[in-house]
Amino acid sequence: MWEILKDNALLLLIGQYPYGPVGGLAATLGLAAVSLLLAFPGGILLALGRVSPYRIFYLPASAVVYVVRGLPLLMFIFWAYFFVPLIIGRPVAGTTTMVVALVCYESAYLAEIIRAGIQALPKGQQEAGRALGLNYMQTMRKIILPQALFNMLPSMLSQFISTVKETSLAYVIGVQELTYAANQINSVLLTRPLEVFTLLALTYFVLNLGLTALVALTERAIGRKRSGQAVRVATT
Amino acid sequence: MHYVFDFGALAQGEYPALLLRGLLTTLALTGLAWLLAFTVGILLAVIRLTGSRVANGIISVYVAFHRNVPMLVHILFWYFGVPQLLPAPVADWLNSHGSEFLLSMVAIGLVTSAYVCEDLRSAVRAIPSGQAEASRALGLSFFKTMRKVIMPQALRIAIPPLLNQTLLLFKNTSLAMAIGVTELTASGREIENATFLTFESYAAVTVIYLSISFLLMWGGASLSQRYRVAGGR
Repeated sequence: MWEILKDNALLLLIGQYPYGPVGGLAATLGLAAVSLLLAFPGGILLALGRVSPYRIFYLPASAVVYVVRGLPLLMFIFWAYFFVPLIIGRPVAGTTTMVVALVCYESAYLAEIIRAGIQALPKGQQEAGRALGLNYMQTMRKIILPQALFNMLPSMLSQFISTVKETSLAYVIGVQELTYAANQINSVLLTRPLEVFTLLALTYFVLNLGLTALVALTERAIGRKRSGQAVRVATT
Repeated sequence: MHYVFDFGALAQGEYPALLLRGLLTTLALTGLAWLLAFTVGILLAVIRLTGSRVANGIISVYVAFHRNVPMLVHILFWYFGVPQLLPAPVADWLNSHGSEFLLSMVAIGLVTSAYVCEDLRSAVRAIPSGQAEASRALGLSFFKTMRKVIMPQALRIAIPPLLNQTLLLFKNTSLAMAIGVTELTASGREIENATFLTFESYAAVTVIYLSISFLLMWGGASLSQRYRVAGGR
């Protein structure tokens, strides 16, 4: 296994980069980061719809969230594969397809995280904002969302881990990322699938274990910050 | 752009049967993997609760490994890697009996079992320790305490997260198409390849997935309504 890693380290890390698109671990992380960042605006909008008192916002946002929760990501990938070229009028690379599919999928999951963050805030925050003369949107933008997003940072990082795992599905449409690289190695070596796929699994394992540690760290930092705030409020 | 939808084409010839077969494969995969996931998950959770240091360590590595590695990678690992470990007669038997279905079922089931174990463990932790102490004081053995006092309550608390896992499991069976199982998604692709009616075939598959998912969500909501822990949250 060690020898396979030594021979193919570059392919697993960056794919065939100087001679082709960036692949391997770099592509996996890049895909996950870009998709989650692009999913952010959509996630916030959907979350605002989900907590909105107006049915015209609440109903469509809820419908979107439920539909996304009810469909496999693979279906989104195939839909994106079909729709994206149709909409922009030219064929696109698999990477774009994957990003579009992931953005649609992740924005619904992010929305549920942000909604939970908004609903976990004490009601007094909203009421105080309104009492100070801010309107609904101002209260959201200046008081509720900054706190909700901050408190939900650990959950969003966990979502990043899920997204890293989900990028492995890009292999199905031939995007060169980590899983694809491992399959390439496997088809070159032919006789050692057990070692190749163990190596692949261990790579994901170590990567995500590191990210999990990061989640725990932010969780603790945020917990400290929040309890500090609570004490300050109580003493003044 | 002028496009005429042709859903009628999907109702002709072999296509309805193909979709139905795909759906049945998906359901079979979901059901069998669910059984495996819940059996292993409950067992692991109980073993973890016995408090043995060694068992605890091994199980937490098992859980971390299954939760941090993508399910697709597990499926590829089981399909390509594991048969190498098996003795030749067993591997041959697997190959002639649809190894892709069986091995993807095992992979999906084991990954989900890690999540089931964690959900159960956090549900058990939500039960005050006085419950276990009282039942031990009444003379029940550890396993009797588990079976008669802790698990009935823990399972009720765990119903919403466990149903969520069931829904995810159902959706994740679509990954089995990567190793050639003709489940619902794959049969949709097959029909698309044969008819070039991309929109129609994907729409049909999407509608089937959504109806079953909504059924699960609705069933889950009413189940957790019905089995709420009395006096609980």
